[in-house]
Amino acid sequence: MAHDHDHHHHHDHEHSELSETQLRVRALETVLTEKGYVDPAALDAIVEAYQTKIGPRNGARVVAKAWTDPAFKQALLDDATKAIGTLGHVSRVGDHLIAVENTPQRHNMVVCTLCSCYPWEMLGLPPVWYKASPYRSRAVKDPRGVLADFGVTLPKDTEIRVWDSTAETRFLVLPMRPAGTEGWSEERLAEIVTRDSMIGTGLPKAAS
Amino acid sequence: MGGMDGFGKVEPEPNEPTFHEQWESRVMAMVRVMGANGGLNIDSQRFARESLPPEVYLASSYYKKWHLAIEEQMVARGMIGRDEVAAGHSLRQSPPLKRGKFTLEDVSRIMVRGSFGRDAKAPAMFKPGDKVRAKNINPVTHTRLPRYVRGHSGVVERINGCHVFPDTAAHDKGENPQWLYTVVFDARELWGDDADPTLKVSIEAFEPYLERA
Repeated sequence: MAHDHDHHHHHDHEHSELSETQLRVRALETVLTEKGYVDPAALDAIVEAYQTKIGPRNGARVVAKAWTDPAFKQALLDDATKAIGTLGHVSRVGDHLIAVENTPQRHNMVVCTLCSCYPWEMLGLPPVWYKASPYRSRAVKDPRGVLADFGVTLPKDTEIRVWDSTAETRFLVLPMRPAGTEGWSEERLAEIVTRDSMIGTGLPKAAS
Repeated sequence: MGGMDGFGKVEPEPNEPTFHEQWESRVMAMVRVMGANGGLNIDSQRFARESLPPEVYLASSYYKKWHLAIEEQMVARGMIGRDEVAAGHSLRQSPPLKRGKFTLEDVSRIMVRGSFGRDAKAPAMFKPGDKVRAKNINPVTHTRLPRYVRGHSGVVERINGCHVFPDTAAHDKGENPQWLYTVVFDARELWGDDADPTLKVSIEAFEPYLERA
């Protein structure tokens, strides 16, 4: 999968089928490579890491751990970067990560209205909707309307707290553990933690 | 974009791929590398994207904005020429990189975000519970104070340490570290009496954005 692209090789017969953007990006990569600014092998490795290693499974493991280990949960809420650093099996995480807990009284939702800041190490690269104008404009004004677009309805009196990621702090929502999951292992719990539940636009999958 | 109207529904895509087109992945990786090798700092990259003409910004996908902005920024800084992009080859020597060439061995380093925390030069001016107002400032240079809170009052909820100040870093005017706070606003303060009474919105605000309310 890492090697299915042919950006190093210029096949002239392909050019007519390539979009203008593809051609311009390819030209830029060649220019930067020839100048010694980038190394295509390093670019390959970065792309591969985001396609195969860094994704919402990282965050799901952290949430499942917090659901089963009260001391870890407290440590996570106190200093998420430090707490996650103690879990050897999850990828390391940079500074300034803040975990925010959903409760029956309060639902948290994360947005970046300025660009698209997102906890990459925990959730991977952000989905298109997170980076697109409808979400970035409306999350801070009409979060219940946004949640409706995701098919989520919250009780009328639940407080909604929207975190606009306007600096280098990053936010991970700790969703509520669904009823009916008593006694489940961390691995099984991690399976029901969806990416959207850690952004606050969704809920964990119901126990079944 | 906070609070702008008319963009329509949020459209989640089931089983969304990491990249929709191969060029998106190359742009993402090039942007990351040009940041990591000291060529273009993150704040200057964000400013370059924000500086795209509004009609281009709104009509372009995320990675398209990244592509247009990095090209513009590198041309403006004399790192590449438009003629070189058109030719698809380097045609001349370019300025060296601050941190040298970024190679395969450096990749694992950038998979973990760098720290933006810095030593404080002065004690924090505000503490949790303080009432503050977001200043009504409208710089044409880079800022991370969203327009929808300017002039509005909120409450400091937490202090998040002292961080690199994007407003100066974006323009190569130094890290100029500033205290960073989470400031919470009631939705009715931001959007008026018709706003959702259960909604509170917070921003991450650097100290120079705030005044006592």
